[in-house]
Formats: sequence, C-alpha cells, structure tokens
Amino acid sequence: MRVVIAKPGLDGHDRGAKVITRVLRDGGHEVIYTGIRKTPEQIINILIDEDATALGISSLSGAHEVLIPKICDKMRTVGLSDVVVFAGGIIPEKDHESLHSSGVRAIFGPGTHSESIINFLIEVSERQKRGEPTGVGEDTGWHWD
Amino acid sequence: MALGLTTNSHQLDLAISGDRRCLAKILTKIESGFVPIMEVQNPWTLGVTGPPGAGKSTLIGNLISEWIKRGEKVAVLAVDPSSPKSGGALLADRIRMQGEESSNSVFIRSIASRNHPGGLSLFIGHMVNVLCACGWTRIIIETVGSGQSQTRIVAFADRILLVEGPDRGDIIQAEKAGILELADIVVVNKSDISSSKLAFNSLNSSLTLNHDSSISTHLVSALNGNGVENLLSSIEECPKSSQREIIRQRERLLSIWDSRLLNYPGLNHILEQLSTGSITLEEAADEID
Ligand code: B12
Ligand SMILES: Nc1nc2c(ncn2[C@@H]2O[C@H](COP(=O)(O)OP(=O)(O)OP(=O)(O)O)[C@@H](O)[C@H]2O)c(=O)[nH]1
Ligand SMILES: [Mg+2]
Repeated sequence: MRVVIAKPGLDGHDRGAKVITRVLRDGGHEVIYTGIRKTPEQIINILIDEDATALGISSLSGAHEVLIPKICDKMRTVGLSDVVVFAGGIIPEKDHESLHSSGVRAIFGPGTHSESIINFLIEVSERQKRGEPTGVGEDTGWHWD
Repeated sequence: MALGLTTNSHQLDLAISGDRRCLAKILTKIESGFVPIMEVQNPWTLGVTGPPGAGKSTLIGNLISEWIKRGEKVAVLAVDPSSPKSGGALLADRIRMQGEESSNSVFIRSIASRNHPGGLSLFIGHMVNVLCACGWTRIIIETVGSGQSQTRIVAFADRILLVEGPDRGDIIQAEKAGILELADIVVVNKSDISSSKLAFNSLNSSLTLNHDSSISTHLVSALNGNGVENLLSSIEECPKSSQREIIRQRERLLSIWDSRLLNYPGLNHILEQLSTGSITLEEAADEID
C-alpha cells in the first residue's frame, strides 16, 4: 500500500511518526513521510500527487479535534473519498467517537503494538478487495478497535 | 479489458488537460505495467545522482525555487530504495524538497525502487513522456543514493548531474570510470563545510588528468544557497548530450532485459533451486531464456 504519514499544524513531536514510518516500511508498505508542520492544504496536495491509498495522521499537541476533521472534510471536497484515514498520538478516549464519525477508521495511542497497525492495514485491504467501504468519504460505520 | 483501455485513455486525456489527480493515477498504472500510447514529444530531462546523503534532494529543492522564478513547471521523480526483505520503502526525498509543495508549478512523485537495478525501471521513460505531455517543462529524476557503477540513469535522462559530498576527495581522485565519466555537470555540495574545498580541488585535478574539459564543476551549498544560481545557469546551458547515444541505448536494452528477468513468473522457483544447489547458474539462465 502507498501510505502518507503526516504531521499537521505546529506540533513538533515527530518521534512517534518516525517510528510508525519504519513499522509500516517493515510491514511491506511504501511510506511517504511529509515532515512536520504541514497545513491541511499541503497534506491534500501530497495525497493527490503521490496517489496514496491511506493517510496516517500523527497528533500529540491536542489540536486533533480541529485539524483532523478539517483534513477529512477537505479530502471529501476534492474527491479523495476513497483514501483511508487513520490516526495516532495523544488522542483521549473521549474524542474517539467524534473522530470516527469524521471518517477516521482507526486511532492508535502510546504503547501500540506494531502488529495491530499492520493488522489494521491488512483488514483495510481485505475490505477493499471485497468492495466494502473504507475510505474517508465512503458511507460506513466501520472502524477498527 | 476494453473498458479498462478506454478509462485509461480518458484518464490520460484528463491528465493532459491539467487534472493532477488523473496524472498521479496514470503514473501509478505505469508503475504496474500500463504503457501509455501517445505522441512522443521532446521532454527536457535531468538525472540527479550521487552517493547517499550527498544532498541531492536538498539541492533539487533549491533548483525548484529558481526554476519557478523563471516560469518553469518542474516535475520530480524521486526514487528511494525498497527493502529487499519486506518489500516496503521509506520514501523520504520529498521532505528535503520543502517550500513549494503548494505551488501549481511543482509536482513531486516518490517512487520505490522495487529492486530494479539502479532503482530505475523501464517505466521511468513512460512517466517522463506523460509528464512532458502534461506540460511539465523541467523533469528531474533523482536516483537512489548510488555508487559509481550505477549508470542506468543515462537511459532516462538527457543531462546528468552528479552530486558529491565534502568528504569524498580521495574517492573522487580514485574514480576513473563509471558515472563520473558520464556526468555533464559535477557538483561538490556542502561548501559550508570546510573539507568540501579539498574535495572540489581533487575533483578538478582528477578531471584535468583525464583531459576531460567538457564536464563543468561547481562548489555549492544547498543549505545556504551559495553557488546554486551559477549551477542553474550551467544546467540550462548544458546541451542534450548526443555523444553517449550508444551507452544510452545499451542501458535501455539492459533495462528491458532486467525487467523481463525480474518479472519472469518462475523466478522465485528458480532462485530456490539455485539456493539449494539443485540446478546450476547456467541451467537457470537457459530456463529463463
Ligand atoms: C518527547 C516529548 C517531547 C519532545 C519531542 C521530541 C520530538 N522530536 O519528538 C520535546 C521536548 C521537544 C517536547 C516538547 C513539547 N511538548 Co512534549 N512530550 C514528549 C513526551 C514525553 C513523549 C512523546 C514521544 O516522543 N513518545 C514516544 C513516541 C514513540 O510515542 P508516540 O509519539 O506516542 O507514538 C506512539 C503512538 O502514539 C502511536 N502513534 C503516534 N503517531 C501516530 C501516527 C499514526 C498514523 C499511527 C498509526 C500511530 C501513531 O504510535 C507510536 C508508537 O507506539 C510526551 C508525553 C508522552 N508520554 O507521550 C510529551 C507531550 C506530548 N508533550 C506535551 C507538551 C505540552 C509539549 C510542549 C508544548 C511542552 C512545553 N510546554 O514546552 C512542547 C511542544 C513542542 C512542539 N513544538 O510541538 C504534552 C501534550 C499535551 C496535550 N496533547 O494536551 C505531552 C502529552 C506531555 C504531557 N503529559 O503534558 N515534547
Ligand atoms: N551542511 C550541509 N548539509 C547539507 C547540505 N545539503 C544537504 N545537507 C544535509 O545532508 C543530509 C542529506 O541531504 P539529502 O538532500 O537528503 O541527501 P540525498 O543525497 O538526497 O540523500 P539520499 O536521497 O538519501 O541518497 C540532510 O541532513 C541535509 O540537511 C549542505 O549544503 N550543507
Ligand atoms: Mg534524496
């Protein structure tokens, strides 16, 4: 899978994002890391040019409530509805539900095992093969726990 | 099948009319074997090669800014290595090409080498043609950080820029063949580090020893931009190389050969037989033939 790992906003915590890029690489994925401090517009452009299958957003600064729904909305507007969105970092349990309803299909916090992220992507590609909705703009109640 | 073909050519038309999403999708299809049928234009291409970490991507980032000022539309195909073990790849070149991502005048596409020799497969040529048809006036190919013996880039780029780091003075001195011979322009990057001057001098004396005055040399810093404008003028003045046509065709031929071998359906089986010693190399080669 071609996966973009992005760090939106002013959040400079990039260790987790870098760990995840390696985890995904070792899981056989082609990973494009955007680097820190990207605007939603920049992330959208990268997704388009790289023809990514999935977007992983890393957020530790507490701005996830604003930035992640904003990115998801923009993705739907520009026609990236089929791209799968997942997230990780410091995202409190209480915010999970609203992010899921924004189209985020999985959220991984500190201490996550590499395997569960890889398994999530395997599940995604199996769902895609079966023609089941997985993308950020596709109508589905599905998310990974 | 027929439907597939019409959507492909429709997508190609949309890409040519300026739809970036379609362009990106076409590139993905080319990567998995689609051969676009189109009028061959005359793409402007620059291959950027050199050892890992020399500053190829950062320098391309600088060149992009200069080209945009001059009204060019710049597309970059940035190749990074795939892991032979997992098949995955960390495509990190674009992080170094910062600043202009939001511009309509820049298109950066990361490509995993997928273990093609030199990180370059025949499909790079098709990608270049499509980018050209879509109106990209400067097409840059960044190779995986490569060694001297990797000359495959010659198959796909009309001008070759070799980027060296500051600590390679002795190495450059010793290099008498390979990509150094084929480069049109050689850059010693990181002029902000003092040892780069030494590397630059030994590069120049090595070229003088070989009586090779056709290669232009530059000392630059991609970090602070010193020397980049001169380098750009040099690149712009550099003619499309016609002398290496034979080498170019040889590399293209080898490229097809490699693809056929790597895509041979029984390859894994043959490799297993080779690894257990149940067949010889010659037998393996004959079977693929
Ligand atoms: C190290 C650290 C720093 C370092 C960052 C170094 C760096 N380059 O990354 C430094 C010292 C610079 C720093 C600075 C700050 N920090 Co700080 N920092 C931390 C700390 C202690 C650890 C973060 C870390 O690196 N963890 C290790 C990595 C591997 O784990 P991870 O990032 O969580 O990633 C894992 C998962 O979350 C998940 N994951 C993460 N991203 C993604 C993405 C995807 C797609 C997926 C699938 C999974 C995934 O997978 C990873 C592996 O398991 C945390 C506290 C904590 N325990 O988390 C605070 C913390 C994140 N920092 C915090 C704060 C407030 C700050 C500052 C504002 C502090 C200040 N007042 O100076 C500044 C802001 C800096 C900035 N510009 O953004 C707060 C954030 C509060 C909040 N969210 O509400 C925290 C939570 C501390 C706290 N409890 O208050 N920080
Ligand atoms: N001091 C100094 N550092 C530089 C300069 N140019 C690049 N670098 C640094 O060198 C490192 C490698 O730069 P890249 O541009 O990624 O090099 P590259 O040749 O593209 O590397 P690969 O694609 O991995 O082979 C980065 O940390 C850059 O910041 C320079 O002119 N001076
Ligand atoms: Mg690079």
